[in-house]
Amino acid sequence: MSMAADERNARAPWALTAPALMLFVGVLLIPLATTVMLSFHDWGQYKGIEPVFILKNWHEIATDPYYAEMFWRTFRVAILTTLLTALLGAPEAYILNRMSGRWKSFFLLVILGPLLISVVARTLGWALLFGGNNGLVNKLLMSLGVMRSPIPFMFTETGMIIALAHVMMPFMVLSVWAALQRLDPQIENAAMSLGAGPTTIIRRIIMPQIMPGVLSGAIIVFSLSASAFATPAIIGGRRLKVAATLAYDEFLNTLNWPLGAAVATLLLVALVLIVVGSNALIERRYAEVFR
Amino acid sequence: MRRNGPLALTFHAIFVIVMVAPILVVCLVAFTPEGFLSLPTNGFSLRWFRTIANYPEFIHAFWVSLGLGALSSFVALLFAVPAALAIARYRFRGRDALAALFLSPLMIPHVVLGIAFLRFFTSVGLGGSFAALIIAHVIIVFPFALRLTLAAATGMDRTVEMAAVSLGAGGWTLFRRVTLPLILPGVISGWALAFIQSFDDLTMTVFLAAPGTETLPVRMFLYIQDNIDPLVTSVSACVIAVTMTALILLDRFYGLDRVLAGKGDTGR
Repeated sequence: MSMAADERNARAPWALTAPALMLFVGVLLIPLATTVMLSFHDWGQYKGIEPVFILKNWHEIATDPYYAEMFWRTFRVAILTTLLTALLGAPEAYILNRMSGRWKSFFLLVILGPLLISVVARTLGWALLFGGNNGLVNKLLMSLGVMRSPIPFMFTETGMIIALAHVMMPFMVLSVWAALQRLDPQIENAAMSLGAGPTTIIRRIIMPQIMPGVLSGAIIVFSLSASAFATPAIIGGRRLKVAATLAYDEFLNTLNWPLGAAVATLLLVALVLIVVGSNALIERRYAEVFR
Repeated sequence: MRRNGPLALTFHAIFVIVMVAPILVVCLVAFTPEGFLSLPTNGFSLRWFRTIANYPEFIHAFWVSLGLGALSSFVALLFAVPAALAIARYRFRGRDALAALFLSPLMIPHVVLGIAFLRFFTSVGLGGSFAALIIAHVIIVFPFALRLTLAAATGMDRTVEMAAVSLGAGGWTLFRRVTLPLILPGVISGWALAFIQSFDDLTMTVFLAAPGTETLPVRMFLYIQDNIDPLVTSVSACVIAVTMTALILLDRFYGLDRVLAGKGDTGR
């Protein structure tokens, strides 16, 4: 690659990236920094935002059990959603991978396509399916004999987790699918010829190899679920708050921006720590696979 | 071992049904002839699609969303194409850091972005304006525009460019007549994927939109918060139709599998 005209000018890459860099510094980095600063400002019902440096908002979040409960709910919902997507998504990716060509691409499209369809529309679908005590889901479960009396899905964490798992499922299937593509199909045959049964093959051959895919999918699903807004807001209603919906309330209803900024900053910091930390752990544990 | 047993196929069937059910139920309820939420058991009706016409705020919101998606994706490409060419072709100090910065909107929760932008645009006097929405959307769709353009620029055959240079082409002519046409499929797909992201965004936009600049997802969300009726299902069905159209466009130009494979990296 000798592009003399280009290489003579060492400033070319900077000239090409400068507009985007300026945009990102001006409109992304500076606003993010001011948001962190905002969380240290004071706020009062009548005086509005006062640009002073106090720890009032952070102190309130740390001491008021309401916030502890809300953050705990946020992470509980995210963890259970992640578990649900892993338990169902990983086997599904495996089954998909064993299908023949045309069916494989058809079902891959059916399962991954929803990724690009409006989250509001998908959550609305769940709201319709749940819909009160005589919703379709309850009717179906009762007619199948799974349960005797209807259970509430709307405005509960159960409903929130089911709908979120549906929204996030494509990410998990995609991630496990990518891991399966690196797997040599002959290994399964080799194990079988050595006398391993199907359970052993799945447990000793398949599982260890797709685990990195499951874990990286889990990180994506967890971080997106913990910061999800539309699904918790529609299914959870006005009472069942998670971090994103609470920050929204503080900003657009209570108008206590500094407190809302503190909630958002804490969410961002917690997520960055969790994602970076678990990424490092996974890479150390599975260094072999990533090499 | 290469075949799926009956148990696996049953699991697969239930899985696919559950994945499709919520989307299907929205589209079916949209065609109900009744005045309340119900599956269309006795005949299909376009009644609720016609009712949309009586709600000018939905129609206005649709045009806002369409214009915002088209424009912000276009502006994002104006910044992303040169950046992608630089990242694809040069090895320079800070290259990885720049790429990470440009992809960072994928990793920052949209609620945090919404708050940051709301504060920022209010303080510079652009609060609730369409311009603010455009700038904010340029940032959130930038990673998608960048990634597909980058893929096209990396895979490009540069001998054609060299031929053009040897024939005397340079600078702008080289870009417009040679480079751009070669990376155009990637650029168009980047635009389409960016459009879908912009068109569907609720979490960030809900902080920035004011009456008059509400996008369709925001309008739908605010409506659903008050009550759920067949009207919002017919609006959703229209949204799904628009997304499907963009998806088909993407598939034609680029291949949906490649687009989705890229999307799986979100959050890493």
